[in-house]
Amino acid sequence: MSGTNGVAPDVTTESPDVAVVGAGPSGLTAARELAASGLDVLVLDREWEAGGIPRHSDHTGYGLRDLHRVMNGPAYARLLAERAVEAGARVRTSAMVTGWAGERSLDVTTPEGRIRVDARAVVLATGARERPRTARLVPGDRPPGVMNTGQLQNLVHLHHREVGTRAVIVGAELVSWSAALTLREAGCRTVLMTTEHPHAESYAAFSVPGRAVLRVPVATRTRVTRIIGHYAVEAVEVEDLATGARRTVPCDTVIFTGDWIPDHELARAAGLDIDPGSKGPLVDNALRTSRPGVFAVGNLVHPVDTADIAALDGHHVARHVRDYLAGVLPQGPGIPLRVEAPFTWVSPGLVRPGAGKPPRERILLWSAEQRLVARVEVTQDGRRIARRTLPWPVSPGRVFRVPSSLLSGADPHGGPITIALA
Amino acid sequence: MNTRQMRYGPLPVERVDVAVIGGGVVGAAVARALSAYELSVALVEARADVGDGTSKANTAILHTGFDAKPGTLESRLVRRGYELLGDYATTTGIPVERTGAVLVAWTEEELAALPGLAAKAAENGYERCEIVDAEEVYRQVPALAPGALGGLTVPDESIICPWTTTLAFATEALSRGTYLLFNTRVEGVEPPSGTAGDAADTVLRTSRGTLRAGWVVNAAGLGSDVIDGLFGHTRFTVTPRRGELFVFDKLARPLVNRIVLPVPSSRGKGVLVSPTIYGNVMLGPTAEDRDDRTDTSTSEHGFGFLLEKGRKLMPALLEEEVTASYAGLRAATEHGDYQVFLDAGQRYLVLGGIRSTGLTSAMAVAEHALGLLGEAGLRLDAKATLPDPPRMPNIGEAFPRPYQRADLIAEDPAYGTAVCFCERVTEGEIRDALASPIPPADIDGLRRRTRALMGRCQGFFCGAEVEGRLRAGVARENREYREHGEHGETEQTGEAQ
Ligand SMILES: Cc1cc2nc3c(=O)[nH]c(=O)nc-3n(C[C@H](O)[C@H](O)[C@H](O)COP(=O)(O)OP(=O)(O)OC[C@H]3O[C@@H](n4cnc5c(N)ncnc54)[C@H](O)[C@@H]3O)c2cc1C
Ligand SMILES: Cc1cc2nc3c(=O)[nH]c(=O)nc-3n(C[C@H](O)[C@H](O)[C@H](O)COP(=O)(O)OP(=O)(O)OC[C@H]3O[C@@H](n4cnc5c(N)ncnc54)[C@H](O)[C@@H]3O)c2cc1C
Repeated sequence: MSGTNGVAPDVTTESPDVAVVGAGPSGLTAARELAASGLDVLVLDREWEAGGIPRHSDHTGYGLRDLHRVMNGPAYARLLAERAVEAGARVRTSAMVTGWAGERSLDVTTPEGRIRVDARAVVLATGARERPRTARLVPGDRPPGVMNTGQLQNLVHLHHREVGTRAVIVGAELVSWSAALTLREAGCRTVLMTTEHPHAESYAAFSVPGRAVLRVPVATRTRVTRIIGHYAVEAVEVEDLATGARRTVPCDTVIFTGDWIPDHELARAAGLDIDPGSKGPLVDNALRTSRPGVFAVGNLVHPVDTADIAALDGHHVARHVRDYLAGVLPQGPGIPLRVEAPFTWVSPGLVRPGAGKPPRERILLWSAEQRLVARVEVTQDGRRIARRTLPWPVSPGRVFRVPSSLLSGADPHGGPITIALA
Repeated sequence: MNTRQMRYGPLPVERVDVAVIGGGVVGAAVARALSAYELSVALVEARADVGDGTSKANTAILHTGFDAKPGTLESRLVRRGYELLGDYATTTGIPVERTGAVLVAWTEEELAALPGLAAKAAENGYERCEIVDAEEVYRQVPALAPGALGGLTVPDESIICPWTTTLAFATEALSRGTYLLFNTRVEGVEPPSGTAGDAADTVLRTSRGTLRAGWVVNAAGLGSDVIDGLFGHTRFTVTPRRGELFVFDKLARPLVNRIVLPVPSSRGKGVLVSPTIYGNVMLGPTAEDRDDRTDTSTSEHGFGFLLEKGRKLMPALLEEEVTASYAGLRAATEHGDYQVFLDAGQRYLVLGGIRSTGLTSAMAVAEHALGLLGEAGLRLDAKATLPDPPRMPNIGEAFPRPYQRADLIAEDPAYGTAVCFCERVTEGEIRDALASPIPPADIDGLRRRTRALMGRCQGFFCGAEVEGRLRAGVARENREYREHGEHGETEQTGEAQ
């Protein structure tokens, strides 16, 4: 299927049925299912090995809902990659998609040359990253030693390098505890975790024993206001949000965790409709974007959920990609889903009656605040269509799931649906 | 000289004909110009690299000089420097984009000031400014906030890569035989005591030992008044004027395709919105007088000020993520012009107070400096042959980058292997930078040569990988030095950080 068909000299063209951008859990799972149904699937990932974030997340906690077992990140990443390849998908690493050459055509840079991939359908699975210190507008000096969890885990797990001896972790959600584990493994003590929220927001199941085992002091209702140290980090300034009082906490490493933003560059470059809340591409219950034949899955559309949920998006999208290739097109514009505070985004952002259930029959939401009692109210055109108290709390820094059955009373011809807390 | 001698150990030379203090864009341009003649030249820089001071942290505009103060040396040298650097950029591949600028009036008072600015531009020898109405302003910059009353276009105002500029000057100076002496801080000066022999030399006491020089050029930027003081003068005082800037995500680039300037005030050029040569959008700088000449930290109030300005100028810009923020210190003095003085007796020239236009004017300042030195008696015999000017790697967005070039990748797969994804920096470019005549000393130096790590993820994905490559490169250099170096010392401090 390769050849040079006069695109530009030296540019090779590939024409798979489906191009999957991103070989993380969501992309690999989509690729496996699509390849298993006999389609020619080409997965492109810019890293030198497939697997996405779990590759360098060297702790357990992966695979629960998709593989029904719990394993560590690197093993999980390897397994998903192997399965995709076994199913017949071509997984190409060191292949960076740099832009679009057409509606479903991609420009790719690889060591073997520039490639143009003309696919019949495209699945975007480019994931999400943590906002760096710069994007959070934390002023002060700019020494090395300030990083995200992603870089920390790359340094420690993939490059086996040292970090400092005293760290401050900004954030106290799931990923923050993951950072604390990595720091401990690297021999670096976490002297403080800061969170603007009144509680450490990760699962109690993790943070209570986490706190006990890791002995990390958590300063709730605080924020880091300045980084101090010209050549190396010497301290951070921490503000107590209640009193405004500031103190200096000596440290040599600062890890900015959480505060996710999807890697939406390709989605933006394509001019896809973007969800203003999550900043990922707007998708419907079939994970279709606003461009026919272009789908989006994983943390790109819900920054962020756990890897198994991302993987199950891949499972979900496969059927809809096959439908699209068989000529099934979306019916109607769909009904927008909206949220009210404390929620900041909802995924999918669009429901199309007749397109089936969303992944796992769940609507995913993100909250800026903690609510111990989750009384969910769904309204459409001024009419309440559902109200239910869910048995799990609303916590910032982790996805809040609502059964999609709560939307079943919606008028398929009605206006936007709003999800709020009563 | 080998790269190690640039940075570590005893100075590789005892005496030079001319020592240039300060390896910023001005000092590097002067060293380059001097080394075209039969002279031994040293560029003496306190830091580990060229262009690591103010020259790395500015707004990177190649100014036409339309708004300079007519009749000043600055006006003349900016105008001339614009032409010289524009040509040199073409020769050496320094990225330049001819974006043009539009200066926007938001109040009646500012609108009334436009004809005066156009007249001033003409006095400065720049004739192409044009007053335009609000409609034309919005045609040129559709994303601008509502409320603009009119504008003045400056079609030749351009953007340039400040890092490649300084590096190109220094690389060419090196190829012409200049000694690049990094980590060499001038701490004391003994001006010449006589007119002949050793007594005619200045003795520079540096952190790496003593250097004798027949002539000294002081291009020490923020430290130029201190060096001037060491020569016994009290002509000007530098007050660092901090400028903080935001760099917005590349996704913001479609909002701004030219430089958007405010009407200048007595406080300076004001806050602008500009595309950067790397494909981002910049907002800034602030202007705030400080005491500490080394404090380039950013501040809460600076950020607050910029956000407020940005919201007024272009609200859509603030919807995008901030990729980076930084601060630079202008070498402001109590005078309105460059502080250039030649002391023929001391065989000493100071190029100080080059505050907010030095990137543009550097080559003209160098040309001017040569004129002054020649008049004062420095013999300038052109070298019979000179090496070709360097061809600098393109790190700008206006020309194809290696990752886009099928021809390059076909020859060398390393140009097809992306290492820094956000900025699309390839393995080949990082390797080339590490093997370049002036290799980076640290991560920041690598960033200035390749753009690695300056993108939106700030290292989330590739930070560890890029740092690993830098370490390996520096370690290799150390090893090669130990195996082949002339001086047998085995210092280990070459490692970054
Ligand atoms: C520190 C940390 C700890 C975590 N711990 C857990 C845990 O214990 N359990 C759990 O279930 N989840 C955990 N997660 C979350 C989990 O890693 C993610 O949910 C999961 O990786 C998301 O999968 P994805 O496929 O959406 O994206 P990713 O895994 O992010 O994969 C995206 C892929 O796309 C590629 N890509 C992006 N752009 C391009 C392009 N232009 N061209 C080519 N390739 C591209 C990237 O290289 C990457 O490989 C953790 C996350 C982090 C950061
Ligand atoms: C916010 C801001 C925006 C700007 N925007 C622009 C613009 O858009 N266009 C433009 O043309 N110009 C601009 N400028 C101005 C421009 O950056 C400066 O004029 C120029 O960089 C000055 O170069 P320099 O070589 O004189 O100084 P520097 O770059 O500061 O170099 C001086 C060097 O001397 C060294 N040094 C000091 N003391 C000693 C010592 N004792 N021994 C050895 N070495 C010493 C320092 O380490 C330093 O590297 C801007 C400046 C700022 C701050």
